[in-house]
Amino acid sequence: MSKISAMNKRATQALAENISKQVEHFSKKEVECLIREFNVLMAEQNNSGRAVQGLDRGKFISTLHSIFGLTDDRMTGRVFRTFDKDNDSVVSMKEWIEGLSVFLRGTLDEKIKYCFSVYDLNGDNAISREEMLHMLKGRLIRQPNEEDPDEGIKDLVEIILKKMDYDHDGKLSFEDFEKAVKDEHLLLEAFGTCLPDFRVICNENLLSSLNFPIKNSQSYSLLFLFFQRIEMFEGHVFQEQFEQ
Amino acid sequence: MGISLTRAAQWTMVSSSTAKLASTPMNESLLKEILHFVERFSSQHPQEAEHVFEEPLQWNTTLVASDFKTDYDISDSDVQSHERDSEGHPLLQLSPPTVYVRSFSQLSKLLHLADDKKLVEVRACLEGKFESNLHPKQSNHQHSSITHRLNVFVLLVTLYNHPIIQVRLNPKAVKNEVEILQVFCGGGDKGLLKSLRYTSDFEFSNGYRAPLWRQVQGDICYLVIEPCDTETLYITCSTAGSFLNGGEENGYERTSDTYEDLVTLLKSRSPHFAEKINQVEVLIVCLIKKAEVALVYFRKTSAGALPGELFSESSTESEEEEEQPYRHPETNTDLPSEYWQIQKLVRYLKDGDQIVTVDTLCAMMDFNLMQESCQMAIQDTGGLKVLLNLLDTDEHKCKIGSLKILRTISHNSQIRRVIVDMRGVQSIVKILDSPVKELKALAAETIANVAKFRRARRNVRLYGGINKLVSLLDCLPNLASLTPSQEEDIEVACCGALALWSCSRSTKNKKAIRKAGGIPLLGRLLKSPLQKMLIPVVGTLQECASEESYRTDIQTLGMIKDLVRNLSSDNDELQMHCASAIFKCAEDKQTRDLVRKYKGLQPLVSLLHKAGNKQLLAAATGAIWKCSISQENVTKFQEYKALEILVNLLTDQPEEVLVNVVGALGEFAQIPANKAAIREFGGIKPLVKLLTSPNQALLVNVTKAVGACATNKDNMVIIDQLDGIRLVWSLLKNPSADVQSSAAWALCACIENAEDAGETARSLIGGFQLIVKLLSSTNNEVLASICAAICKIAKDEENLAILTDFGVVPSLAKLTNTTHDRLRHHLADAIAQCCMWGSNRASFGEAGAVAPLVRNLKSKEGSVQRSTAMALYQLSRNPNNCITMHEKEVVQPLIHMMGSDDEELQEAAAGCVRSIRLLYMANRNAELFTFRN
Repeated sequence: MSKISAMNKRATQALAENISKQVEHFSKKEVECLIREFNVLMAEQNNSGRAVQGLDRGKFISTLHSIFGLTDDRMTGRVFRTFDKDNDSVVSMKEWIEGLSVFLRGTLDEKIKYCFSVYDLNGDNAISREEMLHMLKGRLIRQPNEEDPDEGIKDLVEIILKKMDYDHDGKLSFEDFEKAVKDEHLLLEAFGTCLPDFRVICNENLLSSLNFPIKNSQSYSLLFLFFQRIEMFEGHVFQEQFEQ
Repeated sequence: MGISLTRAAQWTMVSSSTAKLASTPMNESLLKEILHFVERFSSQHPQEAEHVFEEPLQWNTTLVASDFKTDYDISDSDVQSHERDSEGHPLLQLSPPTVYVRSFSQLSKLLHLADDKKLVEVRACLEGKFESNLHPKQSNHQHSSITHRLNVFVLLVTLYNHPIIQVRLNPKAVKNEVEILQVFCGGGDKGLLKSLRYTSDFEFSNGYRAPLWRQVQGDICYLVIEPCDTETLYITCSTAGSFLNGGEENGYERTSDTYEDLVTLLKSRSPHFAEKINQVEVLIVCLIKKAEVALVYFRKTSAGALPGELFSESSTESEEEEEQPYRHPETNTDLPSEYWQIQKLVRYLKDGDQIVTVDTLCAMMDFNLMQESCQMAIQDTGGLKVLLNLLDTDEHKCKIGSLKILRTISHNSQIRRVIVDMRGVQSIVKILDSPVKELKALAAETIANVAKFRRARRNVRLYGGINKLVSLLDCLPNLASLTPSQEEDIEVACCGALALWSCSRSTKNKKAIRKAGGIPLLGRLLKSPLQKMLIPVVGTLQECASEESYRTDIQTLGMIKDLVRNLSSDNDELQMHCASAIFKCAEDKQTRDLVRKYKGLQPLVSLLHKAGNKQLLAAATGAIWKCSISQENVTKFQEYKALEILVNLLTDQPEEVLVNVVGALGEFAQIPANKAAIREFGGIKPLVKLLTSPNQALLVNVTKAVGACATNKDNMVIIDQLDGIRLVWSLLKNPSADVQSSAAWALCACIENAEDAGETARSLIGGFQLIVKLLSSTNNEVLASICAAICKIAKDEENLAILTDFGVVPSLAKLTNTTHDRLRHHLADAIAQCCMWGSNRASFGEAGAVAPLVRNLKSKEGSVQRSTAMALYQLSRNPNNCITMHEKEVVQPLIHMMGSDDEELQEAAAGCVRSIRLLYMANRNAELFTFRN
């Protein structure tokens, strides 16, 4: 048993080393943690005997929900599509780690790319009026005197388009989106929440700033604890937890 | 100009139904301008002057029937004009005391009749009761309708004084033209144009709006104009004239002839515009409509109906409304299109979820939020409240967006007040605790804007904002390489410093900043190389340096060095604040020495060359003044030729500069060589001239400087020629005690050094009375200086005689009970001097001056002992005084003083003892003689 686990451990380490070279923002140790967490999630997943190479849609979305607090159904489905780069309906380990790298530590450019692909529903490299309307529908309380329930939203889409559509072609190209976001960062998530709440990232940053020593096998669950948004802004609170 | 004039009109308190124009110089000139305008109106614009008002102007006149001449129908006390309007009303009707006037020509005739009461009539007309049965619901808004009436006049004055059709080809002219035309936009067919806007909101500092490479070709700006009757026009305004262009796509190429100005161009393109612009009355109507004033006065009855609702609803008359009577919440169809767009956005803000809210906030930022119309639109549509509510939510993105808008619109004073009224400060202060640095920075920046008035600053303090702001300052400002996070910290600290700067204008906040430990942090930030950081930091420090405790801290924490370093910065504002901080701190000797040690004196002198920037100049001269209190510094200043520059600054400078320059000269003149130098540079004449200034702070310094200069004989000759003694003397009449005493000290120096000072003094009528009268002042410093002056004046025997006649002796004797050492010293001198005349010695004894003087001998102050001993010596020549002295046990302290090192004191003490002894001897001899006989 111990031999197997030792072998497992070695394999994980090798894998982690390999992946950490390909994925930015994470150290080897951190990748190791994320692999372990991935394995735990895989184990929780009810595979009903089939051998699968990653997290399926349901498990992934519930993970987004529980760990990252992303609850908007319209968005979580798109996030899954975006994570799943090879379109095989599962998020593999590598896709998971690559996705998290943007999620937790992405630069602005990476996040712009990520958000754009989430919002580009049909993958035609542009966000059209209809796509915006779809994503924003129902986000505005309908006024009693309006006949068309989407009247306000339609108007808002026009306003947004006027603001962000720099080349005046009636849709948002990636360049439009990038330019608009760089101009005003608030527009990054203009059409729906698809990145974790800032506090999650805060905690994660705290972790690295404390030089968190990932030594033992429990460490991933501690990391996990952080992801689960336990309110710990204060360094010493975290230290106490760790010592326990 | 119309708006500024309207705002300028100052109204007194509004009672329930009437308002009065306050009697201020501003109002007077306003009235005169209106009068002048009305008088000229009928000759310059005869046609317009005949327009009949729909409602008469009515007011209580001072004129009576007999004032009117033959052109009128006079029956008893009533007067009617021959001219009548279409309905048969006379255009002028007087039924005492009320007069009704229905046209401008009648108004100007009436004013002509009023003769010397013209102004009274104009004033009464403006204040006159406004009866409008058209809008009965408005009847309780007397105040606003009166303001309207004033507006009408002011607008007309502006319009006719500045004819819009002229050939002018510079950015300013184009701007004026566009602004006036914009006023006439909108309003459907009644307006001149549908809309008119610039293609770019950005205006370069030279007033141009075209991109730089087009400016080279003379393009000033581009306009997009929608006329009422033709397609949209794209127009280029260039220095050569206005022409149509092919739009942005075609690179603004010229597609039409060049016209001399915009109006001519528009006339040729839009028949509608041409028709309207030629009707002057339309201009008036449009102007009035836009200004929401009572159109009824000027509407030509035949002009047809115009859009209704010309009276806007006036809401409660709050404090803000009184400050800006010009603005009312607008419910009118003539509002700019931004208003409706903003109203829509505010609705989305209210109804949307967080994503929509953030999008809407971003859209709102695209408006020109510095523009008052947008700011007011946000407030009027309830947007301000929503923005403030967003601050209390949990969504940091919404908060960021909201603060980004708030920080901009809070440049408007009215918005600031509303933010405070809505308890917005509380919410903003709370955000300072956020872990998101961007939020902290934005919140601090908003506070910096909001805390521009007292109540806001107080709120910041009461909700604990000062502590939080101070904690924002904690960063490492001068590391060579910074991580992004450290850079953010610096940004936050910058904003924090800005906010503290605004807050530090209240004394209690200054104390709170100190208590929160802000001073060391500010000291650390002072080492930053960034100007945007240094300006608020130094600004805060110089604001706070008015407090003694800050000055000590600034010195002990070594901030003087950094302040001196930044004097050589290339930013005027920073230099000004540094100089100003040194100005306030250099009251302290050690600080002055430190400024010298860190070589701060030379940069201060070089700041004097920036004569264009008066604020900077005032701060720099102030710092030089205070630094020159130390003589070592004066020597340094001389090396840098400061004296000559300072003397040149004595003319044509604002008072705040003059006070400091003269103060510095006063200190410089303490060194004898400089006295001559000031004369050589021609400084005496301007100094003496300044003696007639009304500014008390300046007078204190001027008299001091003149006094210092007067100790040089050659200077004194000039001062005397310029009648300086009389000027200084007359300053004794100044109500300020500081000026009085300073003038008296100067007088001492003048009299001592002038030739025939005695005669000059006598020639000043009432001068001696004034001096003796001032001896009943309650201010010790004044008394001391006057005693010193008396001492000098009384050296001339004739003067002493006159002084005695005015009762100087009892007045001086009354003062002898003082415990103020400086006064005791000069008082004793004065008494000693006054003993020289007639029976004054005996009079002092009778007035009871001797006993207190004996007591004063016990003072520890050497100068007091010496003067008192000399006074006693003089007094002891009267036997009665000797007896009193002896009774008060004067001998022992005198004998003690005979052992002093000071020869004069020795002599005076010995002389006094001798007098007592002689009296005793004489007495005994007399007794013996009697006994023998």
